[in-house]
Amino acid sequence: MSDIQTTDGRVAAVLAGYPQHGPGDLVNILHDLQAEFRHLPEEALQETAAYLELPRAQVYGVATFYHGFHTEPRGEHTCTVCMGTACHVRGAPRLLEQLERDTGIAAGDTTPDLSLTVEEVSCVGACALGPLVLIDGEYHGHMTGERLSRLVEDLLDKEERP
Amino acid sequence: MSTRLADPRALGHRRGAAVAARATHDKVIAVCGGTGCRAQGAMKVFAALAAEMDAHGTDATVAMRATGCHGFCERGPLVLLLPEGVLYQHVKVEDAAEIFEKTLLGGEVLERLLCEDPATGLRHRTEQEMPFYHHQQRVVLSDTGQLDPTSIDDYIALGGYSALVRALEMGPEAVLEEVKRSGLRGRGGAGFPAGRKWEACRHAQGDLRYVVCNADEGDPGAFMDRSILEGNPHCVLEGMTIGALAMGAREGYVYVRQEYPLAVEHLSAAIERSRELGLLGDGILGSELTFDVRVSRGGGAFVCGEASAMMASLEGRRGVPHRRLIHLSEHGLWGRPTNVNNVETWANVPHILLRGADWFRSIGTEGSTGTKIFSLVGMVNNTGLVEVPMGMTLRQIIFDTGGGIPGGKAFKAVQTGGPSGGCLPADKLDLPVDFDTLVAEGSMMGSGGMIVMDEETCMVDVAKYFLRFLASESCGNCTSCRDGLTILHDLLGDITEGRGTRETIALVEQVADTVEATSLCALGTSAVNPVLSTLRYFRDEYLAHVDDKRCPAGVCKALISFSIDAELCNGCMLCARRCPQDAVAGERKQPHTIDQELCIKCGICKDVCKRDAVLVQ
Repeated sequence: MSDIQTTDGRVAAVLAGYPQHGPGDLVNILHDLQAEFRHLPEEALQETAAYLELPRAQVYGVATFYHGFHTEPRGEHTCTVCMGTACHVRGAPRLLEQLERDTGIAAGDTTPDLSLTVEEVSCVGACALGPLVLIDGEYHGHMTGERLSRLVEDLLDKEERP
Repeated sequence: MSTRLADPRALGHRRGAAVAARATHDKVIAVCGGTGCRAQGAMKVFAALAAEMDAHGTDATVAMRATGCHGFCERGPLVLLLPEGVLYQHVKVEDAAEIFEKTLLGGEVLERLLCEDPATGLRHRTEQEMPFYHHQQRVVLSDTGQLDPTSIDDYIALGGYSALVRALEMGPEAVLEEVKRSGLRGRGGAGFPAGRKWEACRHAQGDLRYVVCNADEGDPGAFMDRSILEGNPHCVLEGMTIGALAMGAREGYVYVRQEYPLAVEHLSAAIERSRELGLLGDGILGSELTFDVRVSRGGGAFVCGEASAMMASLEGRRGVPHRRLIHLSEHGLWGRPTNVNNVETWANVPHILLRGADWFRSIGTEGSTGTKIFSLVGMVNNTGLVEVPMGMTLRQIIFDTGGGIPGGKAFKAVQTGGPSGGCLPADKLDLPVDFDTLVAEGSMMGSGGMIVMDEETCMVDVAKYFLRFLASESCGNCTSCRDGLTILHDLLGDITEGRGTRETIALVEQVADTVEATSLCALGTSAVNPVLSTLRYFRDEYLAHVDDKRCPAGVCKALISFSIDAELCNGCMLCARRCPQDAVAGERKQPHTIDQELCIKCGICKDVCKRDAVLVQ
């Protein structure tokens, strides 16, 4: 895994938020790093391991164990389909299939131009609004196939405009 | 000037001032600021109402509050007008001016914004008139709709932290005794008596001990803990502080799912405010109690709801459960005595201390005291959060509070207990919901997810859904769980895709037994419940899939086909335009047909048809 992205002191800035650091801060630090980089670059994991005095293997193990962390670059935008039970019985799988058809990528993947990541989430706990889709973290409840197609189209359109 | 509250008297003064501040307003506009209502634009409605208030210059007499969750999320954004108690649903920004002028200033109720009961068509004015609220008994959720979760003074005004004062007066032993006597059992699913766990932690050897709040609410279809943390974070902190007093802990952690950003935000703010007032930190309220709380975000792993996996995650390791030869109460976080309770359990503690164990025991049943919050969701009319005394029947919850099944469809099953629970059919609807009854029937009450399913839900597909979830959430430590769940998922895939035989079903049962018997933690041992319970109660549906290659609910794609009823179709061409495969043919105003070769069974034609002319067979 090679990572050409330079972190330009951004990792150090995140780590500085944990002055009394211990291994227990690892998961929180990874969250902050991901908020900064949209994924976890290898260099960031290495700096974190050195800072917390943990084996790199442990840091990498944690970064790849949890579904919430990503070691590959992610899209500018994220479209997340909630696959909770309540959403499932209200038709979430069909929404996801349609999204995959519309975007040409499978859940978990990112478009080659890094404009969009499509993913599923187990449940975001907004079950009364199912089926639910999150676009860049914003909730859109009672989703229909037609609305979803339009939302994603609008999202990517905006990108193309100067 | 220091804002620290030096002693209980200072808290009393602060309360007096907070109560007085709330009383200066004649009227209150309470906009629900829970995640459900926010997702539907509640904060924009809040801003629009605030702008109206500015324009009218009535801010001296009218207070505005973005409160915690009111529970009736499906009808959001909800706006509650006090003191009349009028509740408006589905409020839009455009409604703000009218609400302000007509209802608030003119006293006129806007009929169109009142909640309509889908069963009777009646429009109800207040929460209490609505069947959804009428059958509830709100204890833990009693204050969430009344207070601004970001204001510690709101919580104090409503009596907050007086349970802590009472606990400090009683002393650790008496507090422990009160919690034990209340019969409080853990709300996270297992139902272990909280008092006994506290006692073990208190008496365990060690210099440092920890209390942990499990807010890793991972069961899909459940959001009780999310709403408590978002809507009333101080009651959880107060409960934990009382627990720390009883157990002699100095540090606490709240382990929150990363999927709950608003809960993290409100909780973190609440901790800051509590520290400023000296309700967390050294010498709380002038006593010898020292206790502080940190927030730790989860990484998105279901298994971390398991306490030993959570300890690993808190210690910065992969969330893999380990064998608990020694209880966590003796050897938990960093090897020290640790007590873990979930959000709802902690949130009950202040109420028990204030109103007493006898009061708590008077609610619910003998073995399951108190109330329980359920997330009543899926194919049910009134979806949202309900809090009812334990012992209420499934029928009462789903039909009286939930208003039954939408669209005149038939009830098929209710799924409780999350991925560890099971699906119960209609003839089990009169069972009381408590910690023990549903277990005997192959399900469990669990943490409170209650997903209602109608006749268009395929139970084999539901079982496959849970196996897919659990197979992906297995930590991979035990072979039986890691591989067994994948095998089970594939076998159910054979059944839903038309390759299954009766031998497939027999193999499913055999593998399920092995996974149950040989997995280490509860994720594995209970993972087979959804498949075993559906096999137990819906075996006919499995047999239809393997014998007749038919999915009676019309869900499993390989076994169904879409066609158009020529009698009903009026040739509007809507389905033809929307079909992604161009599989629908037909002239305008002529009945359409579907080319089975091209059809991918995406179901869009059925969704868009206004005449129900698309048939699934």
